[in-house]
Amino acid sequence: MSLVKIEGLCKSFGGLEVLRDISLDVERGEVIALIGKSGSGKSTFLRCINGLEQMNSGTIHVDAEPVEADERKLQKLRLKVGMIFQQFNLFPHLTALDNTALALRVVKNMSAAEARAVGLARLEKVGLGHRADSRPHQLSGGQQQRVAIARALAMDPVVLLCDEVTSALDPELVEEVLQVIRRLAEEGMTVIMVTHEMSFARSVCSRVVFMHEGRLHEMGHPEEVFGNPKTPELRQFLGQTASAATAE
Amino acid sequence: MTDFTLQQIIYALVLGARWTVLLSLSAFILGGILGLVLMLGTISQRKWVKLPALGFIWLVQATPLLMQLFLIFFGPALFGKDVPAWMAACIALTLWSSAYLAEIWRGSVLAVQKGQTEAALSLAMLRGQALRYVVLPQAVRMALPPTAGFMVQIVKSTALASIVGFTELMKTGNILSNVTLDPFVVYGLVAIVYFCLCYPLSLVSRKMETVFDVTR
Repeated sequence: MSLVKIEGLCKSFGGLEVLRDISLDVERGEVIALIGKSGSGKSTFLRCINGLEQMNSGTIHVDAEPVEADERKLQKLRLKVGMIFQQFNLFPHLTALDNTALALRVVKNMSAAEARAVGLARLEKVGLGHRADSRPHQLSGGQQQRVAIARALAMDPVVLLCDEVTSALDPELVEEVLQVIRRLAEEGMTVIMVTHEMSFARSVCSRVVFMHEGRLHEMGHPEEVFGNPKTPELRQFLGQTASAATAE
Repeated sequence: MTDFTLQQIIYALVLGARWTVLLSLSAFILGGILGLVLMLGTISQRKWVKLPALGFIWLVQATPLLMQLFLIFFGPALFGKDVPAWMAACIALTLWSSAYLAEIWRGSVLAVQKGQTEAALSLAMLRGQALRYVVLPQAVRMALPPTAGFMVQIVKSTALASIVGFTELMKTGNILSNVTLDPFVVYGLVAIVYFCLCYPLSLVSRKMETVFDVTR
């Protein structure tokens, strides 16, 4: 069975259909890029996978754990799914290390010493062992996002959801975060990421999924999707992002 | 007329002020406990918890404290039960401050960004854990200055207890004014005592606004 199995996912906000009958299987070790215009449902799709948004119909399984409304069952699912946000969402009242250690203590009932050891190891993995005692506001945006990655990794998830993780960063800080994700991908982590970094999607991802008006409009290997787009919507989208890139 | 020296007046007022302080403290502590419960009720996901809590707050905030005090003081008398003035004052002020404190604290909790809860939930915390370890620690920092500010309101509102005959600072002032026939001096001194009680609280509140800078 696929690591992440999504079948017939539908979601609407009020009368607005945001996701229409989405089915997607993600195998262990795959790195999936979700691309598409803003409002095409990429973020909502991602947030359904760990139950931050409740779906209206359909099923989602991660590592055989279903997404359900029940809080305890959601907790079991979320132990397997890490999420990283555009706005980092670090806990501002805690140091970088305590950010990574908090859930280990509270959710996994680790001792303080154990949690700190795991947290520190993950901070070192993202190259921030030396900033363990810094508060989020003392760190640059790129460093904050790397702490957020370390925090998610500390829980040992089987899949990592990344929601536009570089969109809030200054251009010169984007690369350090992408590098961390690239390394995770090379180590075999399963990643589903909403991104506007087309060159990153092209070089790192195993599959690119183009979303349009709440549907999976076109998907395939990056070379195929970027090199030979089949639908006019994707061609138009790629044309726009390409001209936007040259305009910069 | 008996002649009172200034010292005697001040001494009597300070004795009366003890009751003002005691009434304020009990209203703040009891009101704080009830306010915390109410606040948790208002942020609950369950409608049958949330609506009564919101309704109570709305009711208390939309009626005058003096009316609430009268209701509690005179109401039970209809059923042959006597409520002592101090108890009526304490109950009324407790209920009144609980509603306002709940509203202040609810605002602070809601002001913590939604992303904080989402991050905590994504780390497999339960809602209660997210509230306890992530949201409340941040909300408390935001809530402290307005809470200290509201204590000033409580102290000043205890003056209403004088109307049902509770001999706190204001009532002591009334009595002294009646016997000395020198209301200007007496109420001037009453004002000074209230000021001495309230001004430090205002200072603390203002100080906390800079110490607990919300952006940090």
